[in-house]
Amino acid sequence: MKKLGVIVNPIAGMGGRVGLKGTDGKEILKKAVALGAKPVAPQKAVDVLKMLPHKEKFLLITYPHEMGENEAKKAGFHPKVIGRIIPGQTTSEDTIRAAREMSMEGVDLILLVGGDGTMRDAISAVGTMTPMLGVPAGVKLHSACFANTPKSAGKVAARFLNEGLPLREAEIMDIDEDAYRQNRLSAKIKGFAKIPYEPTMVQATKEGSTGYELADQKAIARWIFELMEKGRTYILGPGTTTRAVAEELGIYDSTLLGVDIVRDYKMIAKDVSEEQILRAIVGKQATVIVSPIGRQGFVLGRGNQQISPKVVKKVGRENIWVVATPQKLSSTPTFKVDTGDAKLDEVFRGYIKVITGYHQSRMVKII
Amino acid sequence: MKYQQARWADEGRLEPLVFELSKAKRTGYTLPPKAPSESNIPNKLIRTELELPELSEPEVVRHYTRLSQMNYGVDSGFYPLGSCTMKYNPKICEELAALETASCIHPYQDEDTVQGALELMYKLERYLAEIAGVARVCLHPSAGAHGEFLGMLLTRAYHRSRGKERNEVIVPDSAHGTNFASAAMAGFDVVVVPSNSRGRVDLEALRKAMSKRTAALMLTNPNTLGLFEDEILKIAEAVHKVGGLLYYDGANLNGILGKTRPGDMGFDIVHFNLHKTFSTPHGGGGPGAGPIGVTKRLEKFLPVPMVEYDKKRKRYYLNYRCPQSVGKIKSFYGNFGVLVKAYAYILLMGASGLQEVTEAATLNANYIMRKLRDVDGFEIKFDTSGPCKHEVVLSAEPMNKNYGVNARAIAKRLLDYGIHAPTYYFPPIVPEALMIEPTETETKEELDRFIAAMKEIAEDAKSHPDKLLAAPTATAIGRLDETKASREPILSWKMYRKMAK
Repeated sequence: MKKLGVIVNPIAGMGGRVGLKGTDGKEILKKAVALGAKPVAPQKAVDVLKMLPHKEKFLLITYPHEMGENEAKKAGFHPKVIGRIIPGQTTSEDTIRAAREMSMEGVDLILLVGGDGTMRDAISAVGTMTPMLGVPAGVKLHSACFANTPKSAGKVAARFLNEGLPLREAEIMDIDEDAYRQNRLSAKIKGFAKIPYEPTMVQATKEGSTGYELADQKAIARWIFELMEKGRTYILGPGTTTRAVAEELGIYDSTLLGVDIVRDYKMIAKDVSEEQILRAIVGKQATVIVSPIGRQGFVLGRGNQQISPKVVKKVGRENIWVVATPQKLSSTPTFKVDTGDAKLDEVFRGYIKVITGYHQSRMVKII
Repeated sequence: MKYQQARWADEGRLEPLVFELSKAKRTGYTLPPKAPSESNIPNKLIRTELELPELSEPEVVRHYTRLSQMNYGVDSGFYPLGSCTMKYNPKICEELAALETASCIHPYQDEDTVQGALELMYKLERYLAEIAGVARVCLHPSAGAHGEFLGMLLTRAYHRSRGKERNEVIVPDSAHGTNFASAAMAGFDVVVVPSNSRGRVDLEALRKAMSKRTAALMLTNPNTLGLFEDEILKIAEAVHKVGGLLYYDGANLNGILGKTRPGDMGFDIVHFNLHKTFSTPHGGGGPGAGPIGVTKRLEKFLPVPMVEYDKKRKRYYLNYRCPQSVGKIKSFYGNFGVLVKAYAYILLMGASGLQEVTEAATLNANYIMRKLRDVDGFEIKFDTSGPCKHEVVLSAEPMNKNYGVNARAIAKRLLDYGIHAPTYYFPPIVPEALMIEPTETETKEELDRFIAAMKEIAEDAKSHPDKLLAAPTATAIGRLDETKASREPILSWKMYRKMAK
């Protein structure tokens, strides 16, 4: 019998309605409550669970009280409840513990009702070991692992349990809330979750995709490998597709969340800063290889701030290569840039050629 | 009309395989005493035992009749498989192709003894060239995709002859899957351009995609949404400006016969699907014919041999002396039997008849669109104002959203009405796509029956979705495990025995 884990972050999203940019941390929660914020996540959790048919066909495992138990019962389930919490005083520690314990229970999928912060907490405990799917309930939803709506999350989860679905890696993003409250957006990739997804059946096979993201990443990597020139400097942005490029070169210790520099098929600097990139490309021909953030579509400026306007200007627009699997493109139809230099952003607007497979590319609009 | 497909089965197992029906020593033939030619065969090449099924003649006839009764074809009923142009295949064309003079000649016969066959190919080439507005046609390719592949080889030869290596072929995201594959097979990099909100090629994206690397743009017109690419002249100009070639995918030629011609639109290379537009049977994967037409400047690259006419000697002959030819792409001269049927069809219809084909095919598609576009559950994406061409793409997205019944379920349920399913989930740019091509050979009553079935399904989606999800029930077999069928296909007796072990 399949096992489904459900974790609800009951306070997720409470900061949103009252104009706070998130609900990370006890002080902010207090402030939100004082401003009259009401919980929103529990109702969303009930909505999702009601979408799941065949209650007898899988085992629902959840955390006590408002972290899933109440919602599951409301949706008509008799869940197996594990762990302990202090009702009314849940913290990020509870999310971390819940994710870890559910992973140990061997659940097939964790439905996580929350926002970017909740996701970040959960993957800090289980990484890509246990598939996860985000149910959007938080204020910040920059991560690529969220379904569009609670309803669509329910549908995907139901199909995953009934028929099985392929898995893909999706970025977990988070922004610095303090900075955001001062109107500075600083989004970073915090890691990756394995998420189930519904492949767009025809598209994938038609454009030469295998339907499996890992294989398509390898196909992209193989072509990049063939395109690489000796003596040229390559700046690899964060992400699993650029990691596949590094692996094609025989580099197995690339930085998943940071930027690496490669020359002559060898790593010459790891997890570099803007300064280090600028030093490495002085007087050299260079190419930047980046992948967009899933769903959000940011190619530059979010998650790869090291590749700064200065770097971009130095290498030139034509030497920015964008790579993305057909799977990622199906949920990310248009791209964005936010380098912090409005003039430079303008140069990027319009169509750009994106490498999508072995000797395959696709024109995608940067808006 | 009620439909119930025959089901020949024994304890749940369908009609056995012909090998399983075999009983030792049972025969349906008598061989003549040892043929004289046999004595010339070296002993080591003569087999004493052959693993063939042994059955009597009535057993064989019944076996295949039963299988045909559990099958469905254009001779059984309506077959609106979009972009496949499943029109009725006139029986007279079959009869002509079966004539001894067409079916019993050998490709190695002396040219003087097959002047009629050569003349037929020569004339068919010219008819097709006239229809498409091109200079010359090659009949060799044995399928549409084979024609595409030849088109890509011609593209490469053309650029090479000008001392240029161009490595990119641009394909719109609404294109047939074979376009991507043909370009890749010929060694090109494939660049996909998106469609705009009107369902046509996005000119801005196209212009951005084009460069000195562009070898060709492959385009279907009318496109797979059944819409005419009305900016085709601008597109042609843009492609030619960067030195690229414009390739016409002929899948939808049925929508423009005698109305406009690919050559007039600026296309340099054109492929035809004789089994679509010119009414030869599709067959189970062949034999087919996918001729290629080209403009003057590409003629010299066509495959050998070319059929030529010697005016002085009043004689047709095969010309192998084409130094710049891409070479041979098919044994002999193409699938001759298919060519005979297409030739007969063109003569049968005549120029005005072919025009009428397009008019009726377009009228039928628009009739269906008008009757179904406002039915609750369906909608038309993209250009919803004007008429469509020979096919219409409905989206069942509202039905899926509101009632949980998707395009696949509709397609399966249609089988219960004795109607072949439309092409579904294609083109991929339309969610829950149902691509309907009625063709010109259907009567209004047949179209009305289809429309009524679609409306009834839309009603059932609201009131009895379970009925739809269980469909088909009137067919010999119900829903297949499609994943298993594509992952573990058992295609021969040999494979079946291996699996059983």
